[in-house]
Amino acid sequence: MRKDIITAGIGIVVLTLFCGILYPLVITGISQVAFPGNANGQQVKVDGKLVGSQLIGQNFGVQAYKNGKPVIQSGVPVTNPDPRYFQTRPSATVPSNNAAATTFSNLGPNNVATEQEIAANISAYLALNCPTALDKSGNCAHWYDPAVTTAVRVPVDAANTSASGIDPDISVANADIQAYRVAAVRHLPLATVMKLVSKYTGGRGLGFSGEPGVNVLELNLALDRMTGVHA
Amino acid sequence: MTFLGWLLIFGFAAILTALAMPLGRYMAAVYSGERTFLDPLFLTPERLFYKVMRVDRDGAPPPGQDWKAYAKSLLIFSLAGWLLLYFILRTQTLWNFTGLNPEHFHSAPWNVTFNTTSSFMTNTNWQYYSGETTMSYFSQMAGLTVQNFLSAGVGIAVAVALIRGIIGRSGRSIGNFWHDLIRTVLWVLTPISFVVALVLVFQGSIQNFSHYLNFNGPTGLANSIAMGPVASQEAIKELGTNGGGFFNTNSAHPFENPTGFTNLVEMLTVLIIPAALVFMYGRMAGNRRQGYAIYATMMVMFLGGACVAYIAEAHGTPAQHAAGLHTQVLAGSTGGNMEGKEQRFGIAGSALFDVVTTVTSCGAVNSAIESFTGIGGAVPMANLSASEVIFGGVGTGLYSILLYVLLAVFIGGLMVGRTPEYLGKKIEAREIKLVAIGLLITPLAALFSTALATASHAGRQSISAAAAGSPQGFSETFYAYLSQANNNGSAFAGYGGFVQPNAGNLGSHGITFANLLGGFTMLFARYAPILFALAVAGTLAGKRVSPAGLGTMRTDNPTFVVLLIGVIVLVGALTFFPALLLGPIVQGLTGHLY
Repeated sequence: MRKDIITAGIGIVVLTLFCGILYPLVITGISQVAFPGNANGQQVKVDGKLVGSQLIGQNFGVQAYKNGKPVIQSGVPVTNPDPRYFQTRPSATVPSNNAAATTFSNLGPNNVATEQEIAANISAYLALNCPTALDKSGNCAHWYDPAVTTAVRVPVDAANTSASGIDPDISVANADIQAYRVAAVRHLPLATVMKLVSKYTGGRGLGFSGEPGVNVLELNLALDRMTGVHA
Repeated sequence: MTFLGWLLIFGFAAILTALAMPLGRYMAAVYSGERTFLDPLFLTPERLFYKVMRVDRDGAPPPGQDWKAYAKSLLIFSLAGWLLLYFILRTQTLWNFTGLNPEHFHSAPWNVTFNTTSSFMTNTNWQYYSGETTMSYFSQMAGLTVQNFLSAGVGIAVAVALIRGIIGRSGRSIGNFWHDLIRTVLWVLTPISFVVALVLVFQGSIQNFSHYLNFNGPTGLANSIAMGPVASQEAIKELGTNGGGFFNTNSAHPFENPTGFTNLVEMLTVLIIPAALVFMYGRMAGNRRQGYAIYATMMVMFLGGACVAYIAEAHGTPAQHAAGLHTQVLAGSTGGNMEGKEQRFGIAGSALFDVVTTVTSCGAVNSAIESFTGIGGAVPMANLSASEVIFGGVGTGLYSILLYVLLAVFIGGLMVGRTPEYLGKKIEAREIKLVAIGLLITPLAALFSTALATASHAGRQSISAAAAGSPQGFSETFYAYLSQANNNGSAFAGYGGFVQPNAGNLGSHGITFANLLGGFTMLFARYAPILFALAVAGTLAGKRVSPAGLGTMRTDNPTFVVLLIGVIVLVGALTFFPALLLGPIVQGLTGHLY
């Protein structure tokens, strides 16, 4: 018994030094030398200023104002999507796309709350992709993308909350619909925007693991470089 | 569903098998004391550990222990680990001098820390806290990462001890706990973690000690991104089937699991040791077919679950359909239930990960299990109901299924009217009593705690607002205690035990009921079965081996595989079916919204 206690006491300390200090330090050392960009989060800079991480989805919205004052709801600034930018997927974090406090939506498959959330996301997505206000039945006189008719063409990833709340990617179908809007708002030829979309579409792992996704930050920054628009 | 989705599921099974067989051969050599190619690297550190821990005998490896001595060393070591981890977590600000708490987080309250400590020590990694708003880098490294290694090491040690009991030819020794632990950490966990961590960084995981990033995005909005030594912890989190995420959204977070390729790597890392242990067992037992039979049993049940989950998730949920969202596959869109799933993993990559993580005791998630369809959510619960025998946790899986094997041998023996034997050793009343009690502890703990939490006002506090008063609320509760009793750690994450208004724990409080009940459930359901498994090892070790005769029931052929699956399903189904019906199956069978 006594011998076991001594061994356990010494053992837990030396194993802590080995597994908890030495191992992470060695991995950090090698990573910082071999892959410094990745190890520090693939930071993206514009004119020397940090604007994000390639791996982290952001909220490409602008602060909402009412009577000249910023709108704040329960301590969180309310934002509206900026139509010039491709928008990331819905996020359950507070505020949206908060990469310092990630969370799932945890909405169940048969919950009324889930239906309401999805319906709200569909409306917001449709409204964003219509140049005018939607009519009462949720339709639009002239969609940016003529193929959009009703919810039928809303891709699931545009209406369902992502897992991390900071999903950097959107589906190709989602990006294609938004491309019409971005092209119109930025006065760019649609083909140019579509070309950028396919340029920033990633593949599957080893060709079969996962799904292709369009990296929203990279795509938006490429557009900014092209048109010189930078808020 | 797509062809590539199915290819992922079956391709994964093939790659896993191809990798696990050589690893099993290697591990058999490690625990039998044969030469391995890593000996030159680790023999000196091994001797050093023994010397510092005072267990060597003048440089020779430590002596064999009988099962009681083995169990005593294991329990005392676990207690020491518990105390140190609780101390580190509760004194988080004390370690600020290391510079590894750049956000100056305070400690979580005592009840949450009790739950967290018990959770990481028992290989559960149930998390009521979220990593990036609670833990300093020091706590994550020196506290949680250490137990990721050691709880895995303890599990494998027990499995190796049970194997020695089953195959032992000489007396009472079932090996030496310290020897098995140190060998596991050095020869198995460290080298694989090392490689996997670097692969993850190469693919985009982060590994730094920086402040969180604060900046304004392209549209001028303020943003903040959490940093940290992620890859090193991610690797052992998967390899040790621990599952406790560095970040709150676990392997869904792009820094933990950046690409479709890392998703595949992480799934393989989770299952590689549990799968290899089965092949190792066949080799150590001197009859590789025994290992193949168990492997086949596990693989059949694993693939069954994966297929059901994939089909269910590809179908979509009643909430999606009610909202008018169309869930079929379109050009450029996955379709299906994408609520709580990441684009880069898609439906198949999320469903498969979910099954991988719940058949083992891992519990890492790359998607929100709570948002799975009814049937998609029933699959992980059914996996948990099987008490970690479909591959199972590192070590736990093998020792649990060996108990089931003994039970199946006993039942088979009764059916054909012969004295049950396993590998030449008679299975008698004493062993069967130990096996039966050992196998009933986990279901007992899970159901008792679920009942208590469902029936009490204090327990219902933890249910999320959106799920209250619906089958989802019961599912959350049931999943919470099923997961903690099986030392899994995945969650219907709406179930809460920690109220944290701000990052850094100031002004936060834990829900004492949920934290204590969960903590005790994990401790009881971890250590009681370990004691029974070691006791079985002890009684078997002393038995004489009689040669197999004509009447001996074969345990390495398809008939036995079917029998074994039957026993597992029957015990799991009979115990848990009523509870499964009340939650996920009700939801899966109806389009009704609650």
